Amino acid sequence: MSSREKILTSIRQNKLTALPLPNVPLFNETQDDLLSRFNDILTFVGGRLRVLSDDETLAGVLQQSYPAAERIASSLPVAGISLVPIDVHSDKITLEAIDLAILKGEFAVAENSAIWVPEANMLHRALPFITQHLVLVVARKDFVLTMHEAYQRIDRASLSYGVFIAGPSKTADIEQSLVIGAHGARSLLVVVTP
Amino acid sequence: MATYSNHADRAEVFNKDFDRTTWHDQALWFVRQKRDRAVYQVAEWDQLRELASQIKNHTLSRLDYYLETFEENATRNGIQIHWAADAAEHNQIVLRILQQHGATHIVKSKSMLTEECHLNPYLEKNGIEVVDTDLGERIIQFQKEPPSHIVMPAIHLKKEDVGRIFHEHLGSPADESDPQRLTETARQHLRQKFVAADIALSGVNFAIAETGGFVVCTNEGNADLGITLAPVHIACMGIEKIIPQLEHLGVFTRLLARSATGQPVTTYTSHFHKPRPGQELHIVIVDNGRTEQLGRPDFRASLKCIRCGACMNTCPVYRRSGGHSYDFTVPGPIGAILSPNMDLKKHSSLPFASTLCGSCSDVCPVKIDIHVQLYKWRQIIGKEKAMPMGKRLGMKGLSALLSRPRLYARVGRVARRILAITPHDLSHAGMLNPYAIARELPEPPKQSFRDWYAQQNQ
Repeated sequence: MSSREKILTSIRQNKLTALPLPNVPLFNETQDDLLSRFNDILTFVGGRLRVLSDDETLAGVLQQSYPAAERIASSLPVAGISLVPIDVHSDKITLEAIDLAILKGEFAVAENSAIWVPEANMLHRALPFITQHLVLVVARKDFVLTMHEAYQRIDRASLSYGVFIAGPSKTADIEQSLVIGAHGARSLLVVVTP
Repeated sequence: MATYSNHADRAEVFNKDFDRTTWHDQALWFVRQKRDRAVYQVAEWDQLRELASQIKNHTLSRLDYYLETFEENATRNGIQIHWAADAAEHNQIVLRILQQHGATHIVKSKSMLTEECHLNPYLEKNGIEVVDTDLGERIIQFQKEPPSHIVMPAIHLKKEDVGRIFHEHLGSPADESDPQRLTETARQHLRQKFVAADIALSGVNFAIAETGGFVVCTNEGNADLGITLAPVHIACMGIEKIIPQLEHLGVFTRLLARSATGQPVTTYTSHFHKPRPGQELHIVIVDNGRTEQLGRPDFRASLKCIRCGACMNTCPVYRRSGGHSYDFTVPGPIGAILSPNMDLKKHSSLPFASTLCGSCSDVCPVKIDIHVQLYKWRQIIGKEKAMPMGKRLGMKGLSALLSRPRLYARVGRVARRILAITPHDLSHAGMLNPYAIARELPEPPKQSFRDWYAQQNQ
């Protein structure tokens, strides 16, 4: 008997009575100010928020916030900033040299400041992690309250690979001291567009 | 017959360093307090726990169906599924995949299952370089120690220890103990390993039957960095990691990090469903004693565990005895109910490493009745005579005494008199009275309650 059969058979031998599967509510009755709630949590987990006003451009904010960044990759148009082209075929050496990546977030979750980034928005799967600094851009209308709503919103066809990102990479493995910038991005800026 | 050291003996070794024990106790209590702060902000917390418990109970009751559904959907996604009945088979499967690719360097993110299967020593024996990439795990890998906590593997070490270890292995300055700079040293060291790895290995937090994919929850970014750069990804999971539907992740992602570290969610919650073009994705599904535990009605619920570690952080015994005193992959209260299933004799002291205060059950995000199961294992260990002789005879003697009220009254009277004239050094000698090693005995009362009560009614 194969191990597969062995495992499934020993599960079945217990003849367990099927227990009911509960319905999960959305827990989204109190939709207060999602953006300010998101901002509180993002600050708590070490990220920064920038809400674009009507007369600001993404490119302008980036030039202002990252004057030293040289090798920049972006999945969004940023006029006036020279970009390193990244796609699925980019090699490790090119990826490793990226200072700053600007990626589109599909939507943001207010309760925990997580932002859904599917593979289609990443240019390369490694980019959100290997870049030294990360900027996620989310539209003002794309905020939800809880993870329950978030999972309703995920496009299942895009599930090849996708990540909720909440704040910059961090660790507390040495004496419980929080250190921002473990292996992934050293900082996270969330830009909210009108 | 093999003899085993017990939890109390190993805890004594840990307790020798009084300051470190106090520090360990406080560090974990601090994490418990962070958990509380995060939990109190979620009004529906107890509802979420109940939902999580019911989803897990349902899944366990139809585990064969969900495993098959998962296999079918994952295969359709281009994932290759392997089944392993035990630890040895799991290790062989992983090695075979490595050998098929001529891989000699692998990077590994956190997986308690591979720890349970002792995968690292097995691969190293076969000429593979295994690099644990979680910072805590890398530290203890250098130190050649097992993790002492499932979420914070190096919580037993202080920053000066880490400085010494990094000085020895990574050439950082000898007296460096700043966590920021030590982490930076590890970052630079591990970036080279990520880029050079032939294969990346990861654990699995949740496997979704409906969509045939799985989720890995991390903070450092090490899992994704390894996986997205390597040409092959192997993910190892126990059969109990299955959940039915994608929407159920809403419940579990809200519970996991808040319970574990007090974070609203882990930094990265990564969903793997398809290998990238040209990459291979393997999943090894492991039993290793889990179907046996599933067949024990009293202990089945232990399989609901999502490995958050909250029961450890709150446990007064774990906090003061350290993870290594459990001598089992998963320490703390949950480890004490999982381990007897694996080897009752070897781990027979663990269900006794508890005050049965129930705090573990109170904080458990999936409502496992941990303290009740601890008590039930004690009954089995007693029946199977898996307790040390001294304890067994002592229990027998006590039971004989306590079930005879007259004898008890008489012995009590004699004992009070003897105790009153026994020198302190003798009544508190650790050899004769282990209870008094760190405690003062109360003054023996002049009369018993029974005598006093009889007087009142005269």
